[in-house]
This record gives sequence, structure tokens and C-alpha cells, in this order.
Amino acid sequence: MELTLNVMKRWLVTADEKMQNHKEYLSELDQAIGDGDHGHNMARGFQAAVENVKENTEEDIGSLIKAAAMTLISKVGGASGPLYGTAFLKASDEWKGKDSLSQDEFTKGLEAAVEGIKTRGKAESGGKTMLDVWTPVLEYIQHHDIAASDLSAKAKESMQQTENMKAEKGRASYYGEESISHTDPGAYSSYLLFEALAEALDKEEA
Amino acid sequence: MKKFINNPEDVVEEMLEGMAAAHSDELRRLPGWNVLVRKDAPLPGKVGLVSGGGSGHEPAHAGYIGENMLDAAVAGEVFTSPAPDQIFEAIKAVDSGSGVLLIVKNFSGDVMNFDMAAEMAAAEGIETAQVVVKDDIAVERKEDRRGTAGTVLVHKIVGTALEEGLNLQEAVELAHHVTSRLGSMGISLSPSTVPASGKPGFTLADDEMELGTGIHGEPGMERKKIQPADAVAEELLDNVTAELDVKNGDDVIVLVNGQGSTPLMELYIVYRKAAQLLFERNISIHKSMVGEYMSSLEMAGCSLTLLKLDDTLKKYVT
Ligand SMILES: Nc1ncnc2c1ncn2[C@@H]1O[C@H](COP(=O)(O)OP(=O)(O)OP(=O)(O)O)[C@@H](O)[C@H]1O
Ligand SMILES: [Mg+2]
Repeated sequence: MELTLNVMKRWLVTADEKMQNHKEYLSELDQAIGDGDHGHNMARGFQAAVENVKENTEEDIGSLIKAAAMTLISKVGGASGPLYGTAFLKASDEWKGKDSLSQDEFTKGLEAAVEGIKTRGKAESGGKTMLDVWTPVLEYIQHHDIAASDLSAKAKESMQQTENMKAEKGRASYYGEESISHTDPGAYSSYLLFEALAEALDKEEA
Repeated sequence: MKKFINNPEDVVEEMLEGMAAAHSDELRRLPGWNVLVRKDAPLPGKVGLVSGGGSGHEPAHAGYIGENMLDAAVAGEVFTSPAPDQIFEAIKAVDSGSGVLLIVKNFSGDVMNFDMAAEMAAAEGIETAQVVVKDDIAVERKEDRRGTAGTVLVHKIVGTALEEGLNLQEAVELAHHVTSRLGSMGISLSPSTVPASGKPGFTLADDEMELGTGIHGEPGMERKKIQPADAVAEELLDNVTAELDVKNGDDVIVLVNGQGSTPLMELYIVYRKAAQLLFERNISIHKSMVGEYMSSLEMAGCSLTLLKLDDTLKKYVT
């Protein structure tokens, strides 16, 4: 399975659609254990990132993802801006100059992204954050064919598991035990991001 | 939601335009950025002082731009940290070559965005240092404590010292010295509503108050039946003095901060009791501040901050 420049573009566009469609829902999740801005932050950031992608005619995947990263960093704000931004930026470094990625190359980028989130957020998985989707998705991709339709199921299942976790990082940590039985908003937006990837790949297959 | 706004998406932009227009004698806006800077910045030889954070806490932070205080303030969306490129612009605008000190309130968003801005500055050869304020003693673990109204005292003392020529390293040490002697606790009666969401951040029954709420309505320590102002003042004061180990013979700055819709009348009633108790305990009030210093939109409630002074700090308190 090759991930072409087109697939990567479609990934961003689909992710943006999902962020717009789930803007209110993401903010509602954040209202319960945060400050209610996550959906607005993500919708603002992805909209800008996609506008940027449409305007620029990036020739390779590295520069496409780097441009998206820079827009996310400057437009999302909050905690998720630096985290998503760093993730994309680290991945873009691995994808520099490539106009298509093998699964191995894609995985390398994702590994760098997960490391980036951990370093930026001083976080580990298990703390009820977006990492609790990124880490299991990465492990899945390390061992399975990315084109398999289970990618989004894996992301979804991981997102749902954040419901049982106690928040260790970010605003939700102030809620302590009370954070349990709520889904983490950043985990939900990460699930949307990987569902968008699965859909972008699906379209390519068809 | 009942507010004097035009479009929820434009509140920060329009507020900044208003501020820049109203105070054009003291500050200017960096064109295209959500950054206000002191009109005469950068000051030759002086270490720059930059702070910022989500909007909705006015007068924080732009209201503190000026002599003996900030050189620049960066405004994020309402209750949302500003992005690194905005902070980086502020850093560039105030750097005179002597470096820039960043005062950050301890929220994970703010910390990460300021970290990234500092990395961007380093890449361009601008030296920066950061001090993270964690004055909210309602949070148990010290490293998780939020930044609240006490931040204003850090601006003021460090700002004054920088004007007198401290270098970046000395300023960092002074700022740490301030934060190690600083504590705040809030108490809220009703929530605020972020314009973009249109919904109150939390709910409290008519006869309830919440002790220890953060400046964005983060959960506090306990909810209980509302009590008279004297009891509220005593509880806040007892908590903060215990935490800072303020005792007989000490000198303090007292800051009673309004959260947004609590009248000054009530703030003075709370201050009155706090001052009486301090007097009884033979703790002298070096300086009093009563008013809205770090608001939370239209949240009702107040917070009490103490800074335990020593000779070093007294030099910079005017
Ligand atoms: N230190 C961290 N490490 C990893 N993920 C984190 C961390 N802090 C927060 N998050 C993720 O970010 C999400 C919240 O993002 P959001 O956009 O709402 O930022 P925020 O915390 O509200 O920022 P701000 O306080 O500036 O408004 C959480 O649901 C969580 O998944
Ligand atoms: Mg949030």
C-alpha cells in the first residue's frame, strides 16, 4: 500500500470535514472535564490548514504536512495546538521530499509524531489524553496493513477506553476522580483524525 | 447569553482594536498580531518582559503594559492560550538584545505554547527565560497549581526591577523568589460564559458557593452553602496564610481580586475582614490592592492573594 500525496491531501480535507461536523460535540466533551473549547480550537485550526493546502501546491508530502503543522500551531491554540502541531511537524521531517510513502515510511512518521506529543506534553499513555489514541494506533500500524478497514475501529475502541481513565494531564486533571466516565476530547478528535485517514485510504482503493 | 458583543468570533480582535485606540498614548498593536506592546519598546539595554494568555481576564494582561510592568502582552482566544507565533512576535518586538523574560500562568496550553515560542526565539538567536506562576493553592500538588491573580504581582515586582537594570538571570531569580512567597485562593458564586460556546462554564445552585475555583471556572476544592462575607474572608485568609506560613511580625501585600461581576462594594467588605484578621494576628499590610486585576469574564466571586515580603521584595514595591 502506497500513501500518495493525494491520499495525504484527502486525509487533511476529510479530517477538516470531521472537525467541522463534530465541533459542538468535541466542545461538549471538553465542557465536562475541561473548558469547552476543544471543538472550536480544532475546527478553527483544521479549516485554516485545509485552506492553506488548497492555496499551496505542495510538491511533496513532507512540505504538505509541514505547512499543515505550521498552520495548526498558529491557529488551534490551547493545549491541542502545540500537540497536534508538533506531531505533524515531527512526522513531516520523516517525510521530507517524498511524493509517496510505503507503510514503513508512514509508520516512521507516526512514531516521530507520538514521540513529539510525549515530549511536548510531558505525558505518557494511560493519562487520558490524545496519546491514548495515538499510541495504540501506532502499535496497530506497526503490525497490520494500514489499508485494512480495522484502522478506524482501533482508533474508536482506544478513544472509548479513555472513558475509564483518570486524567493526569491538562485541564481535565483538575477533575481528579470525577474525570472518570467521560471521554477525553483530545482522544475523540484524534479518533476523528485516524478515521479520516482510513476513509482517505478507502477512497484511493476504490 | 446576554453580552455587548457583535459576533462571538470577533471579540478578541475587536477588544484589541478598542484597547489600542483607547490607550494609544501608552501602547501600540503589532499590525496583524494579537499583541500589544509598550509604545517605546524595545528599551535600549533593558530585558523585555512579556506575558499573556487567554483573553477574558482583563485588565490582564494588556492592562499591565507600561513602565515598571510589561513590555508586551499576547492575547489568545477567550480562555485559550495564544499560539507560539503570536508570542514570538511579542518577543521580537521587545527584545533590545538583552533577552526577554516570559511570565506564564501554569496551564498546560500556556506552558506548551510559550515553550514553543521560546524555541522559535532561540532559533533566531534571541535569549529568553520563562517563569511559570503557580499561585493557586486550591490545587494540592504544587507542580499542578494554576496561575491566577498573583501573577500580577510578579509582573509588577519583576517589571520594576527590570527597569532598574537587572539582567535576565537576575530577573529569573527574583521572579522565582516572588513566586515562592505567593499564594492565592478563589471562591465563586456564579459561572462565566465564553462567547463562542454561549453556555455557562459550570453550574452552581442559587444558595451555593465553590471554594477554590480557578480563573476559567476550573473545579475547586468544595461546594457549600453560601456564607457571609466575613466567613468567606476568614476561610480564604486562613488557607493562604497557612500555606505561606505567614505569621506574627510578617509583612504582606494583600490583593482582593474581583472575578468579573462582583461589585467593588463586596470586595471591600471581604478586604475589611481580611485586614482586621491580619491586624489581630500582628501581620502588617505593606500594600493593599482591591479591584479587578485578573477577571474571569462575568464570573461572580473573588480571590485573595498574599505575597509575603522580605527586604529584597520591599525594594521593588512602590
Ligand atoms: N500534557 C498533555 N499531553 C498530551 N495531551 C494533552 C496534554 N494536555 C492536554 N492534552 C490533550 O488536549 C486536549 C484538550 O485540548 P484543548 O484544545 O481543549 O486545550 P485546553 O487544555 O483547553 O487549552 P487552554 O487551556 O489553553 O484553553 C485534552 O483532551 C487532551 O487530550
Ligand atoms: Mg479545552
